[in-house]
Amino acid sequence: MISQNHQHADDITNSFPGMNEAIILRKLIVNQSIRVENLDVYIEEQHILKDINMTIPEKSITCIIGPSGCGKSTFLKTLNRMHDETPEVKITGKVFVDDENIYGPGVNVIDTRKKMGLLAQRPCPLPMSIYENVAYGPRIHGIKRRKAINQTIIQYLQYVGLWDEVRERIHTSATRLSIGQQQRLCLARGLAIEPEYILGDEATSALDPLSTKKIEELFVKLKEKYTIILVTHTLRQAKRIADYIIFMYLGKIIEEGPTESFFSNPKKQLTRDYLSGSFS
Amino acid sequence: MKFLEEKIFKVIMICAAMIILFVLVYIIGTVFYRGFHSLTLDMITKLPGGGFYLGKEGGVLNAIVGSLYIILGALAISILLSVPLVMFINFYLPAKSIFASLIRFSLDILFGIPSIVYGAFGFAIMVYLGIRASLLGGILTVAMLIMPIMMRSFDEITRLLSRDLPDALLSLGATKYEMTKVILRQLMPGLVTAILLAVGRGIGDAATVLFTAGYTDNIPASLNQPAATLPLSIFFQLGSPVEEVQNRAYASAIILTVIILILSFSARYISSKFSKNKL
Repeated sequence: MISQNHQHADDITNSFPGMNEAIILRKLIVNQSIRVENLDVYIEEQHILKDINMTIPEKSITCIIGPSGCGKSTFLKTLNRMHDETPEVKITGKVFVDDENIYGPGVNVIDTRKKMGLLAQRPCPLPMSIYENVAYGPRIHGIKRRKAINQTIIQYLQYVGLWDEVRERIHTSATRLSIGQQQRLCLARGLAIEPEYILGDEATSALDPLSTKKIEELFVKLKEKYTIILVTHTLRQAKRIADYIIFMYLGKIIEEGPTESFFSNPKKQLTRDYLSGSFS
Repeated sequence: MKFLEEKIFKVIMICAAMIILFVLVYIIGTVFYRGFHSLTLDMITKLPGGGFYLGKEGGVLNAIVGSLYIILGALAISILLSVPLVMFINFYLPAKSIFASLIRFSLDILFGIPSIVYGAFGFAIMVYLGIRASLLGGILTVAMLIMPIMMRSFDEITRLLSRDLPDALLSLGATKYEMTKVILRQLMPGLVTAILLAVGRGIGDAATVLFTAGYTDNIPASLNQPAATLPLSIFFQLGSPVEEVQNRAYASAIILTVIILILSFSARYISSKFSKNKL
C-alpha cells in the first residue's frame, strides 16, 4: 500500500516539475527536525568541522556528499554523540534535535542515541542469534514481555524484507547471513529501538549492487516515518534517493539544496567541479 | 649468489621445523617409554602408602587432587580479576590512556618475574601473617603467577577486536556495562585461550608451590592444610634411588599431561557452547 502511494506521489511530482522541490523547501521551513548552529569540531587541535549551520528537513532523505576527509562521518557522529567515547574530540556549538540541544547540560546521552538508528559502513551483527539481534535493543530499553518482543521482531524483520528469508533459522547465529542480509538485519535492529532518525554512514559501500538496491529502496520507504540522514560517496546514489543534498568540503558546507536544483543548477564553482569529477 | 641465499635459508627453515618435531617426539617418547609400565590404576586412585618413595605400594592421588585444587582456585581468582581489568583498560579508559599503558607495562614486568620469586614473595607474606604452608597459600601464589599471563594475553586478544562492535552497541543506546557483556561473549574464545595459557604455566610450576603449599601424602581437607602438587611429586619421586620410583615419576608426568589436555578440551567445549545464541 505504501509503495503504491509512493508510486502515486512520484507520478504527481513527475508531472509537475519543481513540485518535489517545493515540498522539501516547505518542510525545511515548517518542520525542522535537526538544526545545527555554529558547530565546530576539533580532533587533537585539528579543526575538522568549521562553523556548520544547517537544518535538516523532516521525513525526507538528506544526503551529505563530499570528498574523503571532508568531515562527513565526523558530522554524523556528532548527531548521536558518539564522539563522547573519544576524549580528544572537542565540540562547540549547538545541535538541536526536536528543539532540544543535545550538547546542552543535563542531556541523557542514551536518550539521544535511542532517537538515532545508526547504520554503519560494514554490517556488524551482535554475537548472538538473528532473533536476539533484533530483540537486543528493546530489551536493554526495558521491554521484558516476550509477546511484545516477538511482535517487534516479526514486524521489523518483515519491514526490511528479511522475515521470509530467515524465519526458518531465526535462532541461528546472525553471522551466517550474507553481508547484504546482515546489513538489513542491522537496519531492523536499529528500527526496533524505535528511533525518529536514521543515520547511514556509507551504509551501502560494502554491499553488492543488488543488496545496495534493496537498502536504497528501504530508505525511500522509511522516509514516510523517519528522517533519514545519509553520508555517501556515490553521487549517483545521492541523485537516486536524496531529497536534499548537503555538499561539504574541507569541513565546511559549500552548498546545499533540494536534489534536483542542486544537480541541475549548482551555484558554486567548487560544487560544479566536484559534480563533474574534477576531484573526489 | 641469490640462489645460494635462498637455498641456505630454506635449509635453515626446514632444520628448525625438524628440530622442534624431534624434541617433541623425544620428550613424549621418553616420558611414555619410562612411565607407561608404571602407569597403573593404583597410581591415580591411591594415596602414597608407607615407603612409597622407596618402591612400595601407593599412588599419587594426593598430588593429582592437590594440583587440581590449586589450579582451579587460582583460575577462579585470576578470571575474577582479569576480566574486569581487561574490560576496564580497553573499553572504559580512552584509547590513548596513560594509565592503561602503565598497567600494560606493569603486567609485562610481572609476566617476566621468575616463578621462584613469586614463591619466595608468597612465603615471605605468609611468614609475616603467620600462615603455614597451605592450600590457600598455594592458590594465592599460583594466582599471582598466572594472573599477568592471563591478563596480558586476554588483553592482546581484546585489542584486536574491531571498534565496530562497541560502536554498534553504543549507538543502540547500550550503557557501557551492557556493551561489555555482549563484547565478552564475542571474546569468549579469546578468554579461553588466555585461561589455557595460564593453566599450562600454573599447573606445571614447582617453584611457586614449594614453600607456599608445602607437601603432604594426604588430600587437604581444608584451605589451611598443606597440599601436594604433581610437579613436586615428580620431583620427589625422581630423587629416589629406586628405579621403579623414578619410572613412577614419568608416569606422574603422563598424568599431568593428560590433565592439561582434558582441561584444554573441556574449556574449548564449554566456550563453543557458551558463544552460541541467547543472552
